[in-house]
Amino acid sequence: MLRFLIKRLLLASTTLVAISIVTFLLFFAVPSSPAWVMCGRNCSPERIAQVEQSLGLDQPITKQYTDFVKGIFVGRTINDAGTIRECDAPCLGYSFRSKEPVTDTIERSLPVTVSIVAGAMVVFLTVGIGLGMLAALKKGTVFDRVAIGASVGFASTQTYTLGGVLLLLLVYSTGLLPNPHYTPITQDPLDWAGGMLLPWITLGLINSALYARLSRAQMIETLQEDFVRTARAKGLSARVVNRRHALRAAITPIITIAGVDLGAYLGGVVITESVFSLNGIGREAAQAVQDLNLPLVMATVLLAAFFIVAMNIIVDMLYAVIDPRVRLG
Amino acid sequence: MSNTPATADSRSPGTEDTAVAVLQPDTAAKAFVGRSPGQLAWIRLKRDRTAFGSFITVVFFILIALFAPVISRLYGMTATEGFSEKLTYQGLPTGYLGGISGDHWLGLEAGIGRDLFMQLIFGLRTSLIIAFLSAIISIVLGVVMGIVSGYFGGWVDQAMTWFTDFMLAFPFLVFALAIIPIINTAAYDVGEEVPGSFRIAVIIGVFALFGWMTTARLVRGQILSLREREYVEAARAAGAGSAHILFKQLLPNIWAPILVSFSLALPGFIAAEAALSFLNIGVVEPTPDLGRLVYYGRQWLGTPDWAYFLIPATTVFIAVLAFNLLGDSLRDALDPKSSK
Repeated sequence: MLRFLIKRLLLASTTLVAISIVTFLLFFAVPSSPAWVMCGRNCSPERIAQVEQSLGLDQPITKQYTDFVKGIFVGRTINDAGTIRECDAPCLGYSFRSKEPVTDTIERSLPVTVSIVAGAMVVFLTVGIGLGMLAALKKGTVFDRVAIGASVGFASTQTYTLGGVLLLLLVYSTGLLPNPHYTPITQDPLDWAGGMLLPWITLGLINSALYARLSRAQMIETLQEDFVRTARAKGLSARVVNRRHALRAAITPIITIAGVDLGAYLGGVVITESVFSLNGIGREAAQAVQDLNLPLVMATVLLAAFFIVAMNIIVDMLYAVIDPRVRLG
Repeated sequence: MSNTPATADSRSPGTEDTAVAVLQPDTAAKAFVGRSPGQLAWIRLKRDRTAFGSFITVVFFILIALFAPVISRLYGMTATEGFSEKLTYQGLPTGYLGGISGDHWLGLEAGIGRDLFMQLIFGLRTSLIIAFLSAIISIVLGVVMGIVSGYFGGWVDQAMTWFTDFMLAFPFLVFALAIIPIINTAAYDVGEEVPGSFRIAVIIGVFALFGWMTTARLVRGQILSLREREYVEAARAAGAGSAHILFKQLLPNIWAPILVSFSLALPGFIAAEAALSFLNIGVVEPTPDLGRLVYYGRQWLGTPDWAYFLIPATTVFIAVLAFNLLGDSLRDALDPKSSK
């Protein structure tokens, strides 16, 4: 287990370093003048020179990269137009647009994304897996057909389409639900849930469709396996066979996929956040892209990649814990 | 559906794609016709009503996109023509459902005053061009990567597997969001006009760059199992080179999964392109685009003109659904184990 972990961690850090180098080169070496890009259209030449100097853009690109990496581990100071700004570790950069370390923006927006993703996951894991398992047990019945038909429809629905329709029906026309907003859970848990309800339903339903199809296929396959037949032959009740034997085996690969998805979502659920105007990390990233706020874009890409890589490792280890047949090595 | 009427497909055994034709003389009434996997798939597909419906829809969309300029001529207006005199002072179209009338079949764009039907069909054109080109390029890339990695094995395979995993670790949407403006600013200076065709090319390039990995994995797996088969061994023993084995022996045997991943990649790219435009990144004015129409419509969702949002959003939904269903049917039809 330890050897596996070390191996995976090494591989993961290589991947992250490679991604950071690629992103860094892309943003700071490809544009003809990153300072100009970052500073904006109406930027005076003096200001550009200032930005260039404070970012160290006049230095060779390798020095710039090592400074960036140093910032992540020990922090760095950034000279913004004469004022010295402290950027503590982990310093992912400094935004010249909002005049704050990028980590401050992330600290503000990450809880929003985490709130959306956590609730949506509860919805799609229960609804999706539940429907899929039931459909598998009732394979060929009307219930199965309706559930699978609906899931094909939902799987082809775009987040913004469902989100927009729900906004129209539940908020704008009837006022059944409040307009989506973010209140910290520590401040008012009820208001937090109320403001998040619509994103949870939207993201939850669309993903339920995928999970229902996956878990139905998985369950049907498992039900045909020898150990399930053995369990039935032993005279166990259908309930016990389905729940204790088949379900447990069928759910393992689903959990893996859910873990990988979680990693991908934590980096920002851009469309969901945009359609409901919630300032999560994905919307910040999209906004930063429109503003050409390169340090923030770079930081969000790296953070998202970090979540993906980290969740992959966690899932691999979890897999070994849930499924005793898996040997790590 | 296993009781295939054997006489239904009365192709002469001489046609080139009839692999084995076994005619049994004593049971003349129930002649057995040997069929190639392609023919079997075609028969299964013809019986599938979902496939038929989605096929018609897909063809309808493609025709509309293809003949958008002709439709525009017949309809009597262009996509960029403005009709702001038909908007109220708040920017809302006069009339019901976003100004739907005999002149404007789907109404007008709130605030801008262009004809929504024209914007929609030209937007569909943009979406389909991007989706088709991205799908073709990414599938070709994926097939080449998969074949090379699966066939040569060893360190080549290891390196390419790592590279595939590496590419999969990129957060696609965020990265695509980030990289597109960067490329645009690298090729053109800030403030300089970036031509629409260049923007479209960049989007296709980014989609292809991040879209080949699943195909590569799939093809690699197929090649790994096929390259040990006897016929490949025989070809090798006969002195065939790698190129011959790859393209003449292996590739013809994996066209089915490749076709399926192509048909399922299409709706993925339609949705991804619309998602980018919904974030107002990617295709910009004056190139018409479906996703951007949804983005504009979203801003008018709280007003009486919710049709402006609903019409383009539904169009994207139907297009993606039809392509998905067609891809699913194709997969079922091509899978010999399929019970459908």
